[in-house]
Amino acid sequence: MDSIAKRFGATHALKNVSLDTFGGETLALIGENGAGKSTLMKVLSGAHAPDSGSLMLNGRPYRPLKPIDARRAGVAMIYQELNLARDLSIEDNIMLGCERNHFGFVQAGLQREKVREALSLLGHADLNPQRRVGSLSIGMQQVVEIARAIVSNARVMIFDEPTSSLSKQDVQHLFAIIRRLQEQGLAIIYISHFLEEIREIASRYVVLRDGQTAGSGSLAGTSDEQIVSLMVGRSVANLFPTVPHSMGDVALSIDHLTGAKMPSDLRLQLRKGEIFGLFGLIGAGRTETLRCLFGLDRVRRGSVQLNGRTPPYRPRARIAAGFGLVSEDRKGEGLAQKLSIADNMTLSAIHRYSVGGLLKLSSRRVAVDTWMKRLSIKARHPEQPIGQLSGGNQQKVAIARVLHQDASILLLDEPTRGIDVGTKAEIYRLIGELAAEGKSIIFVSSYLPELLAVCDTVGVMARGKLREARKARDWTENEVLSVAIASENDG
Amino acid sequence: MSLPTEDVSKKVDATSLWRLWMGRFAPMLALAVVVLGFTLSDLRWGQGHFFEIRNARVILVETAPVAVAALGMTLIIMTGGIDLSAGTASILCATVLAITLNAERPVVVAVFAAVGTGALCGVFNGLIIGILRLPPFIVTLGSMTIFLGIARHLASISNTSTVFVERTRIPDWLLKFTSTEPPQWVGWLPNIPSGVWFAIAISVVMAVTLSLTVFGRHVLAVGSNEATARLCGVNVFTTKLLVYALAGVLFGIAGLYSFSLLKMANPTEGIGKELKFIAAVVIGGGSLSGGRGSVLGTLSGAAIMCVISSGCAQLGVVNATQDIMIGLIIIGAVSIDQLRNRKQD
Repeated sequence: MDSIAKRFGATHALKNVSLDTFGGETLALIGENGAGKSTLMKVLSGAHAPDSGSLMLNGRPYRPLKPIDARRAGVAMIYQELNLARDLSIEDNIMLGCERNHFGFVQAGLQREKVREALSLLGHADLNPQRRVGSLSIGMQQVVEIARAIVSNARVMIFDEPTSSLSKQDVQHLFAIIRRLQEQGLAIIYISHFLEEIREIASRYVVLRDGQTAGSGSLAGTSDEQIVSLMVGRSVANLFPTVPHSMGDVALSIDHLTGAKMPSDLRLQLRKGEIFGLFGLIGAGRTETLRCLFGLDRVRRGSVQLNGRTPPYRPRARIAAGFGLVSEDRKGEGLAQKLSIADNMTLSAIHRYSVGGLLKLSSRRVAVDTWMKRLSIKARHPEQPIGQLSGGNQQKVAIARVLHQDASILLLDEPTRGIDVGTKAEIYRLIGELAAEGKSIIFVSSYLPELLAVCDTVGVMARGKLREARKARDWTENEVLSVAIASENDG
Repeated sequence: MSLPTEDVSKKVDATSLWRLWMGRFAPMLALAVVVLGFTLSDLRWGQGHFFEIRNARVILVETAPVAVAALGMTLIIMTGGIDLSAGTASILCATVLAITLNAERPVVVAVFAAVGTGALCGVFNGLIIGILRLPPFIVTLGSMTIFLGIARHLASISNTSTVFVERTRIPDWLLKFTSTEPPQWVGWLPNIPSGVWFAIAISVVMAVTLSLTVFGRHVLAVGSNEATARLCGVNVFTTKLLVYALAGVLFGIAGLYSFSLLKMANPTEGIGKELKFIAAVVIGGGSLSGGRGSVLGTLSGAAIMCVISSGCAQLGVVNATQDIMIGLIIIGAVSIDQLRNRKQD
């Protein structure tokens, strides 16, 4: 790809980007959200046409106008969100769009052979092609999607943040598959902003920033700090800023908390000004624990005492008592995408602005402006629909809501998922500041480095139980992981 | 994306505000275009009576009941629901009104009975949707025929399929409610009947409720994303129940209008009316997936349909052609809306 440019209205999504990749190699494409990674890949896969620049594939000019052109030319894309028909079988999904037919009749035998070939290439010859895709785990669904690309004879395969919804084992599994593909001589473009992953799987990197190539080179000779400063455009002195704070009395004490399925028998004490990190593999029950605390999931047994009192298990009562929950599912639950920033931010405490039955929108505007400034939320105006903001700014609004409702116990479920490095650092600092103000925070994350750096205490959950909690400085990453995995096996 | 420089951001601001305004007033604009189109074609090919105050009065009287019911439908559609029973429910209310008047009860009792029936219909729908967590489409598809059946039972008590009421038993105000004669009593107000004023009053109350009350925000939040609303402590069940009950009240009031127009109640009259209400909301920019809809839009949508039928009548265009026109306008309105949304992404 040479000198690719793409404009949308007034914004230059891409200006003058060049990159090249070879068969048998994995190229990492790195960049913050909105840096232009996805746009670049959409140009490559034919979803967008470039305004200028040229593309060459195997030495021939390549100009895909439609996604099907790219597929015919051997360029396949594995998207963040899986594009599978859940109610069709594995086989039908793999062959979708390139069914072998004979006068309109599907040639089942030929197809099955193709599918088996592709699945065994990926190391999954045992998978029954007749199974419904909806019944597979997310990791296996991804395998199906990759198989689909193989069947269409892909030579270039693009992975767009493929690990964002995978568990640790599934990630290792995916990497094994990518290595196999590499051995087959495919060129792989791997998009991610997890530096650890990139180092494990790729050999060269290209960093995009503001729609331009900010740097490229071999990963072996480049440090994490160098790459991050290429991404943010300035050197980031500290990836995990902390704010000095001290702990006070016990604010929240949870005893034998048991939900419908998870958590089971959870015990935990949270002090004022404490940041408690909760780690666990997917399905360990971290999200369920927060939802029980917030009154969203049914609680079967146990007690939750906030400053010595037990408020009813309903979100409204919990909010009034001082709980605030930031959901892990920003799009589906955390924010109403059609509503404005102001509405999303104030919905949980909108009663505050009701004077004689009518809302005083002017005083609400003042409050919204204040929080937008404090969290440096970048938007055109507070009435802008939230769906138009970047992921990082959306997340800031979700956090601002909890602050606006004046919560004293903050339940943050994966608050840094899918947002860029710069914003992550801002959120870490904010969490520190909140603790310094005496608020208590439960910080759920699957990203261990941030938990160990930011939290006072880190607890590890497995199978709905809190296995062990220690001071953050008394843990090493390996110890945390072995607790999370060991109890997974013996529990 | 990259940080826009100062002047670019201002330009974007202006265009986005312009879009916001266009989105809000597009249905009004469409209404103006339709009115203008019929006025001109009437001057050219018709008798030139279309743009007369007398005809305006006829159009308003026909629009008012559709508008009132469509406002109820707007509430429901904004929460992401739908009410297919609106048509039969509103005629059930008219039937109750007719029967109570025939039983020589006081007018106040009759009106309360009718509107109360509407509220009960709404509560019935709301409770089933809320408690059993069934899709509103299915629930109201069922209650649509239930309400029809109840109305026919009520009518059959007086051994007819249509409940007629003697003129002497209908109070004067209800007769004049939708009268197209110029009213005497209004003095300085424009010469339109009380029913139209009442519909305007309801619209104002509704607009204020939606944009300036906690309840209005809750309705919008539930419609945009139910999970988010729950997360923010909004009681989704009560909000929906209240929405269906309020809409039921409005359907009941629409029943009053239809009785006032026809001076009788025929239960089967209600079949298919709900589609007209839904069409008004959709033409007015409401989204069937919830979270979007406006009072002004719905009013324009209701008016557009009535202007078309009146204008076509003036021009001597047959009913069949009117149906086709309204159908095209529904599809057109939704496609324009879709195009605009796609551009924003």
